[in-house]
Amino acid sequence: MKKIVFILISLMTTTWVSAAGGGAVGEKAQTNIRSVDSLRNGAKTYMNYCMGCHSMAYQRYNRVAQDLDLTEDEMMDGLVLTDAKFSDKMEIAMTPEQSAAWFNKAVAPDLTVIAKARGVDWLFNFLINFYVDPTRPSGWNNLTFENAGMPHILWELQGIRTANFETHTDEEGSEHKEFKGFETVQAGLLSEKEYKNLVRDLVNFLDYSSEPAQLIRMSYAPWVLLFVALFTFLAYMLKVNYFRDIH
Amino acid sequence: MGKIASSGNKGGTGFMGWLNARLPVTQFYKDHLSEYYAPKNFNFWYFFGSLALLVLVNQILTGIWLTMHYKPDASQAFGMVEYIMRDVPWGWLIRYLHTTGASAFFIVIYFHMFRGLLYGSYKKPRELVWIFGMIIYLALMAEAFMGYVLPWGNMSYWGAKVITQLFGAVPWIGDSLVEWVRGDYLISDATLNRFFALHVVALPLAIVALVVLHIAALHTVGSNNPEGIEIKKHKDENGKPLDGIPFHPYYTVKDIFGVGMFLLIFLFIVFVKPDMGGLFLEHDNYVPANPAVTPEHIKPVWYFTPFYAMLRAVPDMQLGALIMLLAIVVLFFLPWLDRSPVKSIRYRRWPFKLMLGMFTVTFVILGWLGMQGATELYKLMAQVLTAFYFFYFVWLFFYSRNEKYHEVPERIEDH
Repeated sequence: MKKIVFILISLMTTTWVSAAGGGAVGEKAQTNIRSVDSLRNGAKTYMNYCMGCHSMAYQRYNRVAQDLDLTEDEMMDGLVLTDAKFSDKMEIAMTPEQSAAWFNKAVAPDLTVIAKARGVDWLFNFLINFYVDPTRPSGWNNLTFENAGMPHILWELQGIRTANFETHTDEEGSEHKEFKGFETVQAGLLSEKEYKNLVRDLVNFLDYSSEPAQLIRMSYAPWVLLFVALFTFLAYMLKVNYFRDIH
Repeated sequence: MGKIASSGNKGGTGFMGWLNARLPVTQFYKDHLSEYYAPKNFNFWYFFGSLALLVLVNQILTGIWLTMHYKPDASQAFGMVEYIMRDVPWGWLIRYLHTTGASAFFIVIYFHMFRGLLYGSYKKPRELVWIFGMIIYLALMAEAFMGYVLPWGNMSYWGAKVITQLFGAVPWIGDSLVEWVRGDYLISDATLNRFFALHVVALPLAIVALVVLHIAALHTVGSNNPEGIEIKKHKDENGKPLDGIPFHPYYTVKDIFGVGMFLLIFLFIVFVKPDMGGLFLEHDNYVPANPAVTPEHIKPVWYFTPFYAMLRAVPDMQLGALIMLLAIVVLFFLPWLDRSPVKSIRYRRWPFKLMLGMFTVTFVILGWLGMQGATELYKLMAQVLTAFYFFYFVWLFFYSRNEKYHEVPERIEDH
C-alpha cells in the first residue's frame, strides 16, 4: 500500500510542476465556472473585443446560448455582431493568410480550447500584464508572454501603462531584466478592480468554452460515484458471504 | 439429430445437449470458470488481471464509438475530437472513458507486472505466461503511442516525430526505415492514416489474440499465488487441488468487488479530473499540430516516461535507443535471470526484498525524471538510475544462483 501511495503522490506533484511552466503567473484567476452571470459577461467581452481576430471555430452560438441560459433572440441580437445563424460555429471572416499578412506574420489562434492549453491563471495574467513598448511592432509588450504578437486590445478599459525594469549583470556577464512595477500614463475607463473582474469573467468564458461538457460532467459526478459506491458495498458483502467457508 | 445428441449425452440434454454435441460450450465453461481451480489465497494484487480485461473491453467499446465520429484526416482530425466533445451526444463521456482508459490500462498493467515480480509468477512453469504478457505490454505501448497521435495536437505531432526518429538508430537502413514507417518524409496525413489503421484494426486484433494466448497458457499451468506454492502438488481423490477453489463463483464474485473499487477511482477521474492536470491529457495537445512550432518540452505521456528518461540519459541517440530497447528486452529474460527455486518474496531474504524495492523506486523516479526538463542534475540522476535498472538484473542473475531462503511450506496454511 505504501508504494501505491508513493506512486500516486509522485504523479500528483509532477502534474503541478509541468503545468506551471511558461511565463510569469503571479495572480490566481479565481474564476467560477458555475456563475452564469460571469460567463455571460465573459461571452459579451469576447464577442466585442476578441472575436474580431480570434475565432472559436469548434463552438456553436446555440450551445453557448443553451449553457448560458440565453434565448435565441438574446444571443443573436444582444451578443452577436455579425449576421451569423444561431446554429453556426463561432467563426470569423479573417483567414489565417490575411492575419499573417496584416499582423506581421502573426496568426491570431483559434481560442476554443486555449484555456486547456494555457490554463486560466496564465490567461488572466496575460490579459492584465500589457505595457507600452515602442520597440515592438504593435507598440505593446507583455510581462507574462514576452514579445507577444498581440497588441493590448483592452487598453481603452485598462488604460495605458509603461513598465519599469532594472538591468543587472551577473557574474557571467549576462544581463537580466528585473521588473520594478507599472506606471500609468493614461487612466482607463475601468478601475483596476473592475478591469480585473472583466478579465476574470472573460477567462471564465474561455474556460467554459474549452469544455462545455464540464458543466454536465461535474453535475453527474456525485450521482455516478454514489451509485458505484453502493454497488461496491453490495459486491463486498457478496464476496464476504461467498468466502465465509474458505479458510 | 438423434444420433449425435445421444452419443454426446454427458454434455446434457435439450438445447445444451444439442449444442455441446457440436461445440463444447459446457466443457469450455468448466475448464476455464466453474472447474478452473485457483489458489484460495489470492490477495489485493490479484485483482489486476481481471481489471486489465475490463479496461481492454472498455477501450474496444469506446474505441468503436469514437471511430464512428472521427476522421483520420490531418486537416480535420483536431476538429473531429472537439466535434466529439461538443456535438456528439455523450461524446465527451465516450472520449474521456477512452483517454482515461488508456492511462488506466498502464496503471493496471504495471501493478499486474509488479505482482509477477513480487510472487515470482514468471518462473517455471509460467515462463510462457510471462512472455505473452510482455508481448502484450509491447503491443500496448505501440497501441497507446499511435492512439496518442490521432487527436493531431501539437504534442501528437512532435511526439510522433521524436518516436519515429528512433527507427533512424537502426544501422544502415535507419533513414529509409523512418521514411517507411512515416509513409512520408515527415509526419503527415499519410502517417496519421496508417497510425489510425494500426490503432483501430491491427493492434487491437493482435492484443486480443495475445490475451487469449496469455490466459490459455495460464490455465494450462494454473495460477501462482502470494505464497508461491504449487497447489497442483496436493490434490484430493477427484483430482481437485486441496488448496484451490473454483474460479467461478469465488473469484468472479471477488473480482466484481475489485471492479467496484477500480470504477470508483476510474470514474472519479473521468467525471471530475479527466485530464489529471495535464498528466492524462497534456496541455500542449490542445494546440493543433504545427510543424513550425516546437513545444517547450517534448515529453511522452506518463506511462512511457521511465524509458524516455533512459533515452535522454545517454548522450548518443543511437546508443540511447538501444538502451531503451534493452530495458524492455531484458524483462523477457526474467524467468531465466532469476534462478532461485523460491517464487514468492515472502520466502526470500532481505537482500532480494531490498533490491526489488530499490528497483521499483528506480523505475518510478525514472518516470518522474522523464516528465521534467533535462537539467544537468536530472540527467546525471537518470544516468545513475538507468545503470541501476540494468545492474538489478545482473545482480539477480548471480545472487539467485545460491540464494539463501526461508523454507517454503508444502501447503497453503489457513489464515
